[in-house]
Amino acid sequence: MPKRIDPDTETVTFTFEGQIIRARPGDTVASALAASGIRHLRDSAVSGEPRGIFCMMGACFDCLVEVNGQPNRQACMTPVSQDLAVNRQNGGVEVKV
Amino acid sequence: MNNNSITSDVLVVGGGLVGAAIAWGLLDRGLTVTVLDEGDIALRASRGNFGLVWVQSKGDKMHEYARWTRRSADLWPDFAEHLAEETGISPSYEKPGGLHFILSEEEDRRVHAQHQRMHNVNGERGYGAEMLDRRQLDELVPGLGPEVISGSYCKHDGHANPLLLLRALHRGLGLRGGRYIPDGRVETLERDGDGFRATTSHGSYLGGRIVLAAGHGNKVLGPMLGLDVPIHPEKGEILVTERVAPLLPMPTHVLRQTNEGTIMIGDSHENTGYSTDSVTPVMSGIAQYAIRCFPALRNLRVVRSWGAVRILSADGFPVYQQSTDFSGAYTINCHSGVTLAAAHAGPLARMIAEGEFEPEITAFSPRRFDHA
Repeated sequence: MPKRIDPDTETVTFTFEGQIIRARPGDTVASALAASGIRHLRDSAVSGEPRGIFCMMGACFDCLVEVNGQPNRQACMTPVSQDLAVNRQNGGVEVKV
Repeated sequence: MNNNSITSDVLVVGGGLVGAAIAWGLLDRGLTVTVLDEGDIALRASRGNFGLVWVQSKGDKMHEYARWTRRSADLWPDFAEHLAEETGISPSYEKPGGLHFILSEEEDRRVHAQHQRMHNVNGERGYGAEMLDRRQLDELVPGLGPEVISGSYCKHDGHANPLLLLRALHRGLGLRGGRYIPDGRVETLERDGDGFRATTSHGSYLGGRIVLAAGHGNKVLGPMLGLDVPIHPEKGEILVTERVAPLLPMPTHVLRQTNEGTIMIGDSHENTGYSTDSVTPVMSGIAQYAIRCFPALRNLRVVRSWGAVRILSADGFPVYQQSTDFSGAYTINCHSGVTLAAAHAGPLARMIAEGEFEPEITAFSPRRFDHA
C-alpha cells in the first residue's frame, strides 16, 4: 500500500463517499486517495469490474470519479481543494436524450 | 543470396489492416509469409480510422466495388468469430445496421437517387439500403435533432474496433507461424532470381512473391517494381467523448458508440497533404454537425482527438494490381481497410496465393484511369 514519506503535511480535507480524506496541498484526488489506501474508484461501464488508478498521468481514464456531482472526472488530473465532494462512479453515466 | 537474407513464399510490405489481413489469409493457405512493418514513423491509417464496416453508399459509379464491399460485409461475421476463437481477441464486431442522417431536401433527393441507381445495377445482392422517413427514424433512434428530416438505413452495415482488429490479426499472424518484422522500413525492392528482394536498414528479405500493402508508402515503393500507384492523401479528424451508458443503437456515418461506451465523432475531409494534425476549426465543425444530428452529445466531454490520412484513388475505389513487368508483385490500396478486412483475408488472399485475380476484382486495376 502506498505510504507518504512525510505524513504530517496533510492540511486539506475533502470527502470520498462521505468519508473525510486528508490531503496535502498539491495532491490530486487520486494521489490523496492512494495515500489513504482507497483503490476502488469506479466500476467498469462494460463489465462492472472495479477500476482504480492505472497511469496517474491523465492518459488512461481508468480513475474516473464523480466530483461535486460531475461524473467522469479524472481523479489523477483533479487537484484537491478544501471540501471537494468526491464519489465512486457506478458504471456508465446516463445521458438524457 | 547473402547471409542476412530470409526467404518466404510471400513478402508482405506493410503491417496495417490491409497487409495483416492478407498475410493472415495467406498463412491459412499454407504459405510462409514475412510481414515488413515500417514502425512508429509510418502514417498508420489503420490506427486512426473510425471503425465502420460500411456498405451503403459504397460503389456508386462502380458496381464491382459495391459488390466487393457487400461481399466483405457478408464475410465479416464468420471472420470476426474465427479471429476471436483463434486469437482470444474479439474485434468487437456488431452488425445492427447503419444509418446516414439526412438534414436537407436536397440531400434527401440525392441519396434517394443514389439508392435507386445502385439498386438498379446490383439489386438486393449488392446493396440493400432503404430510405426511412422521420417517423421510422424515431423508432430506431430516439433523441434525433429537429433538423434530421430522413435517413438512409442499410441492414448490412456494422462496426468494429479497428485497434482490436489489428491486434487480433497480428496475434493471428504469429500463431499461424508468420514472421513479423517491426521497424522493417523497406528502402529498395528488386528482382532476385525468380523472386524479390526487399532491403531494409537492418538487412534484406527474399520472397517468391511480394505484396505491397504499405498505404501511402506504396506510391514510393510501387515504381521500383513497375507499379504506378495513383493514390492521394485526404485527412479525416475524429473526436472521442467520455464513456456513457448506451445511447446509440447503431453506427451512423458521423457518429458511433463503441462497445466500451465512448462516442466517436468524425467525417471531415481535408486536403492537407500528409499532415495528421487535429485543428480546432475542423474539430468544432464536426462537433457542431454531430450535435445537430443528435443533441444529447452537447452534454458530453470530448476526451481525445486525432487526425489520420485516408488512402484514396482519384475515384475513391480500391487499386489492386499485379505488375505486368514483375510477375508475382502486387499492390493493394484502399480506403476501407476495416470494411474490406474480411474480403482481404479471404478471397483476395486466396487469389494472391493462386496467382490470379478473378474477374470480380480486375475492375480495380489502375488501368481504369488511363483513358481519363
